[in-house]
Amino acid sequence: MAATADVTLGFMPLFDSAVLVAAIEKGFVGDEGLSVHLVRETSWANIRDRIAVGHFQAAHMLAPMPIASNLGLTPLSLELVAPLALGLGGNAVTVSQDLWRRMTAENAGPGTDPSANGAALRRIVERRRASGEPPLRFAVVHPFSGHNYELRYWLAGCGIDPEKHVEIVVVPPPLMADALSTGAIDGFCVGEPWNSVAVASHAGRIATTKASIWRLSPEKVLGVSARFASENRPALDALLRALYRSSMWCGESANHEELAALMSTPAYLDLPRERLMPILTGRLTLGGGATGYIPEFFVPHAKGATFPWQSHALWFYSQMVRWGHTPHSAALAERARDTYRPDIYRQALRPIAAPMPGANMKVEGALTVAAPVGASEKGLVLGPDGFFDGRIFDPDRLDDYVASQR
Amino acid sequence: MIHRDLTILVIDENAIRASIIEAGLRDAGHSRVSVVHDVHGVGRVIERLQPDVIVIDLENPNRDLLESMFQLSRSVKRPIAMFVDRSDSRMIEAAIDAGVSAYVVDGLRQERVKPILDMAISRFNAFSRMERELADARSELADRKVIDRAKGILMKSRGIGEQEAYKLLRTTAMNQNRKIAEIAQSLVLAAGLLEDL
Repeated sequence: MAATADVTLGFMPLFDSAVLVAAIEKGFVGDEGLSVHLVRETSWANIRDRIAVGHFQAAHMLAPMPIASNLGLTPLSLELVAPLALGLGGNAVTVSQDLWRRMTAENAGPGTDPSANGAALRRIVERRRASGEPPLRFAVVHPFSGHNYELRYWLAGCGIDPEKHVEIVVVPPPLMADALSTGAIDGFCVGEPWNSVAVASHAGRIATTKASIWRLSPEKVLGVSARFASENRPALDALLRALYRSSMWCGESANHEELAALMSTPAYLDLPRERLMPILTGRLTLGGGATGYIPEFFVPHAKGATFPWQSHALWFYSQMVRWGHTPHSAALAERARDTYRPDIYRQALRPIAAPMPGANMKVEGALTVAAPVGASEKGLVLGPDGFFDGRIFDPDRLDDYVASQR
Repeated sequence: MIHRDLTILVIDENAIRASIIEAGLRDAGHSRVSVVHDVHGVGRVIERLQPDVIVIDLENPNRDLLESMFQLSRSVKRPIAMFVDRSDSRMIEAAIDAGVSAYVVDGLRQERVKPILDMAISRFNAFSRMERELADARSELADRKVIDRAKGILMKSRGIGEQEAYKLLRTTAMNQNRKIAEIAQSLVLAAGLLEDL
């Protein structure tokens, strides 16, 4: 039976809000008997506050946001659940033209290889430290973001201490390209289309991508007020089904032109359509005449992209511990893990026979080739999901992983 | 009871609104009020002022930047929590509806901060009302202008008086269930097109 309910969702003007946008524009929410309103916001803080006061029941969220909120790390902590992911990947690291020139002199390029380009960056950082120059400044969109944690993971993996050797600041995505061209920052990690925008305005050069640092890695989730989730399960279940169908539509390459056109309209990103194609095709203009093809740059549906893997929640938690954002205890780890709610996902999608993985957690970075998994009738293929440094995150050995990162 | 005067920082890109808030705070007896329009470099301002209360407009995309400074920066020593009391959801709602947000130093007593936020909320609301009235007045003026032009066109082309021209516009508007200004706009537009031919 269809649930009838009014739901208001908040979103930030980033391409990975596509699953929410298409769910409405392509009528998937209507098919579920839902009336859903999308409200564009100017900051993640606004999204959080408006969920707190009940203006929004759910929203487009940075995956670590609901975890941080449940751990009491944000200025206004409220109970949130993440019952569905809004895709994998979609980010890149862009550096200023000047920094890229210096990196090239250290053998960076021509592609986006995180190891080679990271090693070049390390040599520059070391020289700056030796000569007493101020540290390079990188920007991310939010402290509790995939951007912050993947940038730090990459830097640390290349021998650059993100706490001591560089400075990391927060800049809103639409202001990144300007900050780069004025020299306020030397580089940033942000979701598309903001890397392509910086490249198009000759402000920067894409140095590496999220998909190269950690292939098929988590990025955004649907963050839902825990109270709404417990009091309105039929409506939430219907919403998840609509979003799942929407993700399937977004994942079809035949729909990519239409999706880019939709996202380019003033109500959503209000940017030229051609800036929005690279995230869908993985064919990026890197800057300085270079282009690159990044397989699975952004994956809205395939490879279990909507499943709220609790191992993803625990990896973010491990990074929060690593960088001193939270203390570590078994109870806190459990709280972080249980923010992700695969149980809700499974129940909501059972009626439409969506393929399901057998487990709620997986060993991250262990698949070197694509592998079929799961017990559902229609198969689910996962991976390859490697980290650039070849490390593996086994959520059952969280303490060892945390200890090894110190 | 004697309190140390609170240090208040207002961050608002809208200079007029910021000055209205500042005036309100000063009227309420707060002498240590600072205003910042541009979030760029606000970290240093916060470090220097060590504000007890920060008021910021919700449209400001730099709220995330501001919060990250509370969370990650070592330069802001005192932890800052949002709003006075997390349980006071009515006030949070009123603030968000008004388009304003506030951060206060943890441990500051509710009765000291509540009047500040109440004042900010009412002044934000008053400012929105003023803006709305201004917009209404502007469109009313524009309406009147276009109606006058339409009347002029009718008077000239039909050789009728002003009152008759207005009556014609009004009847047409009523028949089509549209506003007089809309009919006038269409007429002015059509007349402009015909002139060009």
